Amino acid sequence: MARTDVQLMLDVKAGDEQSFALLLHRYRTPLVNFLYRMVRNREQAEDLAQEVFIRVYRARADYVPSAKFTTWLFRIATNLALNSVRDTRHQRMEVSLDAPVTVDAEDGDERPIDVAEKNPNIEEHLVQEAQRDMIRHAIDKLPEKQRAAVLLHKYHDLDYGEISQILECSESALKSLLFRAYETLRVELAPLVALRGKS
Amino acid sequence: METRLLGYIDGRLKDGEQREMEKHLAACPTCAVRVNEFRSVGSLLDELPMIEPSSAFDVRLQARIAAEPVKQSWWSWFGAAPRVLVAASMLLVATVWVGHRPLDRVDIANANGGEETQAMQDQDLPVLENYDVLASFEPLTELPQAVPADDSTDQEM
Repeated sequence: MARTDVQLMLDVKAGDEQSFALLLHRYRTPLVNFLYRMVRNREQAEDLAQEVFIRVYRARADYVPSAKFTTWLFRIATNLALNSVRDTRHQRMEVSLDAPVTVDAEDGDERPIDVAEKNPNIEEHLVQEAQRDMIRHAIDKLPEKQRAAVLLHKYHDLDYGEISQILECSESALKSLLFRAYETLRVELAPLVALRGKS
Repeated sequence: METRLLGYIDGRLKDGEQREMEKHLAACPTCAVRVNEFRSVGSLLDELPMIEPSSAFDVRLQARIAAEPVKQSWWSWFGAAPRVLVAASMLLVATVWVGHRPLDRVDIANANGGEETQAMQDQDLPVLENYDVLASFEPLTELPQAVPADDSTDQEM
């Protein structure tokens, strides 16, 4: 039977390095994805994810299982991501004015659109990528805290109580935050929803 | 009602709330449309692909962890230095013994001088206040007479 996150973390506290490797294996992909969707830069997302794991490792001696491990983990990640987004906001605005049009490949690497690519389904591929880009931009346009709330709610299977602890707000404030975020997304993505409704 | 819409879509309402919401949606086309649109938005968000951390991720992290300074607790420090532990224990025992050692009157007198000794004697005075009662106390009359102190002996010494 697989050990729970809390059991693994308590084993790390007792000096078992292998348990830390198991936690890393369990959470590196969700964490990198969350951070990537928050900061929209793969390298930066990996740096932040590393920082999260380092902080968990450093805190091992003082670890007390007072909350779910994922709540603690994503709270560290969210705080780092929000700080990073706020620190680089000005820089991102400058870059976006001159940046070439790019698409995100399936593996997450951003690359310029290669219209000369010899792909029999190039048109279909481009349409799909353009639609994904539209979804990404709709998420990007959300205020940071709303974005974090939507990502935690949609992609990480956390309940309202956990997300409200991560974002340090009440559960009712979180529900209101999520409603406003989904309302914005509904408006931004209305053309795409309409398009899907026709096809 | 707004915040309950999300709970309804997520299937996280209690049974009573769920039935209440279904009843409301049947009577309110605006909310019914909103629920469908939110579900469509949710489906669109599902289309974003996941990314995998780069192959160097684990190697980099392991290198950083290996470079972390070893953090030792107080107890491990004592464990690594038994002589320090023994010395600390002896110091603790000595401190406790000195702190709880009973002080006799001679020590107090020597330490604090005549004024405090007089003050202590004055504190005993209430016991002797009723001299008449003590003087006629029968058992005391049977005691032998007190021999006066020989001052010359002290002077010789």
